Amino acid sequence: MGLSPVIWQFLVKWLTNFAVIPPEASTQAPQVDALLVFMTLVSLVGLVLVGMLIAGFSILYNKDRNPVATQIEGSTLLEATWTIIPLGLFLVMFVWGSVLYFRIYTPPPNAMNIYVVGKQWMWKAEHPTGQHEIDALHIPAGVPIQITLISQDVFHSFSIPAFRVKREAIPGRYTTEWFEATTPGTYHLFCTQYCGTEHSGMIGEVTVLTKDDYKKWLAESTSGVSLAQNGERLFASLSCNACHNGRPDARGPSLADVYGSKLTLSTGQAVQVDDAYLRQAILNPSSHITQGYAPIMPTYQGQVSEEGLISLVEYIKNLSSNYRVQQTLNTTELLPEQPARSAGQAGATQPASQGVTKP
Amino acid sequence: MSTIVSLPDQATARIPKRNYLSNENGLLSWLLTGDHKRIAILYLISITFFFAIGGTLAGLIRLELLTPQSDLFAADTYNKIFTMHGVIMVFLFLVPSVPATIGNFVIPIMVGAKDLAFPKINLLSWYLYLAGGAMTLWAMISGGVDTGWTFTTPLSTHFSNTNVVTTGLAIFVAGFSSIFTGLNFIVTIHRMRAPGMTWFKLPLFVWSNYAGSILMVLGTPVLAITLVLVVLERTIGIGVFDPAKGGDPILFQHLFWFYSHPAVYIMILPGMGVISEVVSTFSRKRVFGYTAVAFSSVAIAVFGFFVWAHHMFIMGVSNYAVLVFSLLTMLVAVPSAIKIFNWAFTLYKGSITFETPMLYAFGFMGLFTIGGLTGVFLGSSGTDIHLTETYFIVAHFHFVMVGGMLMAFLSGIHFWWPKMTGRMYPEKISQLAAVVTFIGFNFTFFPQFLLGMLGMPRRYAAYPPEFQVLNVFSTAGASILGIGYLLPILYLIWSLKYGKIAGNNPWQATGLEWQIQSPPLTENFVEIPIVTQEAYDYEWLERQKEHEVTHVG
Repeated sequence: MGLSPVIWQFLVKWLTNFAVIPPEASTQAPQVDALLVFMTLVSLVGLVLVGMLIAGFSILYNKDRNPVATQIEGSTLLEATWTIIPLGLFLVMFVWGSVLYFRIYTPPPNAMNIYVVGKQWMWKAEHPTGQHEIDALHIPAGVPIQITLISQDVFHSFSIPAFRVKREAIPGRYTTEWFEATTPGTYHLFCTQYCGTEHSGMIGEVTVLTKDDYKKWLAESTSGVSLAQNGERLFASLSCNACHNGRPDARGPSLADVYGSKLTLSTGQAVQVDDAYLRQAILNPSSHITQGYAPIMPTYQGQVSEEGLISLVEYIKNLSSNYRVQQTLNTTELLPEQPARSAGQAGATQPASQGVTKP
Repeated sequence: MSTIVSLPDQATARIPKRNYLSNENGLLSWLLTGDHKRIAILYLISITFFFAIGGTLAGLIRLELLTPQSDLFAADTYNKIFTMHGVIMVFLFLVPSVPATIGNFVIPIMVGAKDLAFPKINLLSWYLYLAGGAMTLWAMISGGVDTGWTFTTPLSTHFSNTNVVTTGLAIFVAGFSSIFTGLNFIVTIHRMRAPGMTWFKLPLFVWSNYAGSILMVLGTPVLAITLVLVVLERTIGIGVFDPAKGGDPILFQHLFWFYSHPAVYIMILPGMGVISEVVSTFSRKRVFGYTAVAFSSVAIAVFGFFVWAHHMFIMGVSNYAVLVFSLLTMLVAVPSAIKIFNWAFTLYKGSITFETPMLYAFGFMGLFTIGGLTGVFLGSSGTDIHLTETYFIVAHFHFVMVGGMLMAFLSGIHFWWPKMTGRMYPEKISQLAAVVTFIGFNFTFFPQFLLGMLGMPRRYAAYPPEFQVLNVFSTAGASILGIGYLLPILYLIWSLKYGKIAGNNPWQATGLEWQIQSPPLTENFVEIPIVTQEAYDYEWLERQKEHEVTHVG
C-alpha cells in the first residue's frame, strides 16, 4: 500500500501536465506541427488498418472456424493497391517535408545575425553588439534571428525544441539556422549531438524578450566593445593591416566591400565571399589567393580562436557598406543607443580614411 | 483452441540415435566442427551470452534514467554503458542473430544441400566473431569506451581518452565474420540448390537472407575501412577526418552511414524471412504474393544502399542532397509496406492457429509497422529537424530492431527449436512470454516517442525534471520486458531435457527441413531430394502424408 500513493501522485502529475509536443514558440513551429499531425493521423490509420486485418482474419479464419485453408496465389490488383497508395502518401510527406525543410533552413534576408560557438561543454553566444553569453541566449520576439554556428572541438548540435529548429555545430565550418520567436518566455536549449563526458550538461536557456525588454537587456549587458570593434583590434594586433590597408601598392587586396562580392582567385576560380570563405582565407590563405596578388600571406591556423575568427569576420563584413546598411535597417528599432552602428562605422571608416588620406 | 501441433506418441517416440548432436562427442568435436548445424548452435550460445550482457547494460541505462539527476553513475560511466550497449547489441547480437544461428542451421537444408559451400570458412567466421567479442569485452573491462556506437569523429579520434582503438579493431574483426557468413550464403544459394529447386521455389527465408548477405558482403568492408581510418587517425594522425589537416569530419559520417544504414537491413531482412515462414505455416497457406515478397527483399537491399545521408539532414549537407536522399528514403519504405500487407493477407481464408512463433510474428507485424511508419517521420526532411537526435529516434530504431528483429528472432527460435533439438518447448509458458514481451516492449519504448516529440535529447545522463514521468514509465516497462526475455532462456534450457519429443514435422510445415528427422543427421539428407513442389505447397504435403500412410499401411 505504501507504493500506491506514489504511483497515484505520478499519474495525477502526469495527466495534469500532459503534453505531447513542446510549446510552439516560433513561426516555424506550427508549420512543423501541422505536418507532424498529418503524419501521425496517416500512421494511425495505417496501424489500425494492419491491426484490424490481423485481428479480423484471426477471428474469421482461425482453425476452429475455418478448418481448411483456401490456397490463394496472390493478387496483382491488391499488390498494386498497397504499392501505390503508400507510395502516394509517402510522396506527399516527402514534398511537404521538403518544402518545410527549405523554409526552416532558408533565412530571410533581414535576419539579425548572432554567432554561436560550441565547445566541450558549453554554448558561447556572441552578439554583434558585443554581448557575450554562456549557455544562454537572449533574443527579441518578432525578429528573424540567424544563428551562425561553429564548433571549436567536436560535433555539437544546437537544438531549441520549442522553435522546432536544430543544426549541427561542426568543427571547421560555419553552419546556419534561423528562427523567429513568437512568444516571450524561456525555453530549453540542448546540445543533441553526443559530444563527450558532460554532453547532458551542455544545456542552456533561450530567453525570448519583447522588443522593449530586449533593448533594456542590450543596454544592461553590453561589454562596451562590439564584435566588429574587437575584430578591428585583432586586425591590428595580428598586423593584418600591414598588407590589407587599401593602398594601391598594398601587398594584400583591400577588404572594403569584399564581403558579398564575387572574387576571382589566382586559380581562375570564381568564388562568392561569405563568412565561410573569409574564415578559410584566414586559416588557409595559400589556397585562397585573390588574382593578381602574391601567395605571401602566412596561415593563422592555431593563432586565432574561433571567437577571434568570428570577430575578424564580423569586422570584415562591416567593411562592406551593403552589409552595414542591411544590418542597420534590420536592427534599427532594437538599438536606439546604437553601440553597433558606431562600431560598424568605426570599423568601416578607418581603412577608407586611410585610403583617402594617403594619395 | 485448436492447434496444428502433431507430435509422435510420447510413450514410444525416441530421439533418433544417430543425429548431428550425437554424431561425435567431446569439446574438440564441437570446436573443430565443420557442420553448419553445430556452428549455428555455437553461434546461438555466444550471441545469447552477448545479448545477456547488452541487456544488462540496457537495464542499467533505464535505472539511471529513473531520476532526472545522474545519480546512479557518473556521466562518464553512463556514456560508457550506453556505448557498450550499442556496440554489443548491434555488432555482436543483431547483425549475426538470425543469419548466423537460424540461417546457418536451416538455409543449407532449405535449399537441399548437405552443408554450406565453405564449412571451414563458416567455422572461421565463428572464431572471428568470438575474437571480436573478446576484444570488445576486453575494451569494456579495461576502462570502456565512451564515443557511442557511432564513433563520431573528431570525438573518437582526438578527444576521447578511452579504448577507441581496441573497440574499433574488435568491430573490424567481427565484421569479417559477417562478411564470411554472407559470402557462404550467397555461394550456397547460387551453387548448391538441390535438383529442381529453382529460385522461385525457394522459401522466402532464403530470399531475404540472400538479400541480407549481399548487403553484408558489399557494406561491411566500408565499415572496416572507416574504422581503420579512425584507428590510424588516432594512432598516427593521418588527418583524413581532421579539418586542421585539410580533412573533413563529414566524410566520416558519409562512410560510417554508408555501412550503418544498410546494416539496419542486414539486421531486419533475415527477420522478415522468419515471419514469412511462420505466418505461412500457422495459417496453412502459401505466402500471399510470393514474388512480390521475394522482390521486395531485393528492392530493400538495393535501395538500402542509397539512403545513407538521411542520417545527416541537419549536418549542413547541401539542401539538394537532402531532397534526393529524402525521396529515396520514402521509396525504401514502400517494399516494407508491401511485405506487411502480404503477410496480413496470407491470413485471409487461412486456417489459423496461435502457437508461440505466430504470437511473436503478430508482435513483429504490429511493432514493425509502428517502427516503419515513424521512420517516415524521420525520412521527411522537415520533420526530421525536430525529431532527430531525440528519444524519438531511439524509440523508432528500437521498434524496428527490438520490436521487429528481436521478435522475429524469438519467433524463429521457437519455430525451429524442435528441429534443432528434437524436443518441443513448453507451449503455455512460452505463449505467456510472448505476450509479456509485447506488453513490456510497448511500455518501455512507446513513452520514448512522446519524450522525443517533447524534445528530450538522446544520450543524456541527466535530463530536465519535466521528462521524468515518461522515463519512469519506460523504466517500469523495461523491467517487464526483462522478464519476457528471461523466461525463454529458462524454459528453452529446461526443454532440452524435459521437452516433449517433437518428431520430424510437429508444425506440418512444408520446408525441406521439416521432411527430415529432428535433430537432423550430420549430412542432413540420406539422399539429396529432387524438388518438384513449390514453396509452401500444403497440398503436396497432404499427398506426401497419404502416400506414406498407404505405403506403410
